[in-house]
Amino acid sequence: MRNLFELFSSFFQIGLFTFGGGYAMLPMLQREVVEKRGWATEEELLNCYAIAQCTPGVIAVNTATYIGYQRGKLLGSIAATVAVVLPSLLIISIIATVLQHFADNAYVAYAFGGIRVAVSALVVHSVVQLWQKGVKGAFSNILCVAALALMIFTNLSPVVPVLCAALIGIGCALFGRKKA
Amino acid sequence: MIYLQLFAEFFKTGLFAVGGGLATLPFLQDISAKYGWFTASELADMIAVAESTPGPIGINMATFSGIKAAGILGGIVATFSEVLPALIIMTLVASLLSRFHENRFVTSVMGTLRPVSVGLIGAAVYSVLKVALIDTQLLSASGWSLHCIRLPAVALFAVLLLVRFKWNKLHPIVLIAIGAAAGILLKL
Repeated sequence: MRNLFELFSSFFQIGLFTFGGGYAMLPMLQREVVEKRGWATEEELLNCYAIAQCTPGVIAVNTATYIGYQRGKLLGSIAATVAVVLPSLLIISIIATVLQHFADNAYVAYAFGGIRVAVSALVVHSVVQLWQKGVKGAFSNILCVAALALMIFTNLSPVVPVLCAALIGIGCALFGRKKA
Repeated sequence: MIYLQLFAEFFKTGLFAVGGGLATLPFLQDISAKYGWFTASELADMIAVAESTPGPIGINMATFSGIKAAGILGGIVATFSEVLPALIIMTLVASLLSRFHENRFVTSVMGTLRPVSVGLIGAAVYSVLKVALIDTQLLSASGWSLHCIRLPAVALFAVLLLVRFKWNKLHPIVLIAIGAAAGILLKL
């Protein structure tokens, strides 16, 4: 019960303080899940992100479900998922019914211009941290840069690099190349 | 009846929209054309609101369109229907992985997936940075020039990045609050 409550309160905060897409959740995930609670290591967070990228659904929610399951099986995954969604549900309900012109307000627009900059700084820091912990050795760096370049210079879906990486991983295991 | 339709449509969106929040957009356009619950221009407003409120964009969009279609209860139904496929699939994936996490194929695949995952996140960060620091309208209207760089935004970015690296125990919401205040002051 206590476990479920902790999952719920952590993911409620993560949902509340995420501005933007799924990647914007990284700084909050690192803080709550890795540093504060110790529920997952940075490596596990990366596994989870890779899987979340290529399964259907919103990445932020997939990540919550995955970590929720690891902590508390089925009930854990439900608690984390509901909790991460709940702040959106409450806030959007208020805006859609009461504050119809919220997004038209000039000050709101300015504030979000600034928030986007802050989120950029936070996620740059997150990526640097993840790179330090998750990408070691020449082979890993090549994979990382290749995925980055594919995403920036082509219109391919992220599923493509993820599947290629999975095939390379299977190949490595089959032909006994030492772990990447 | 409308709740059943909402459930079916948003379950489908959750099941087939792969790769994050804005991937749900084509499905929402489809829903708008099919049922007329909301118009295309309302959809554009929704994107603006979804991007300027806390919470993942995909979820915000689902809640908003559900409310447009059938009030608060509609919003609740749409949100949970969109999340349900992911809940089922990720729970299965997580249970399989926790059973096979010592399998050498699984560890090897995870070993190659991790660096790729960092690359993918890096690419997402690149696109966020572009929107935050560069005047994309000016860029597409008159081509690349130094005027396209939004200097106040770049300065704020540099300061916040420095703060983040120096005091990394600071709660992320502190930086977001500073960003919001600076955004209003500098009219970003």
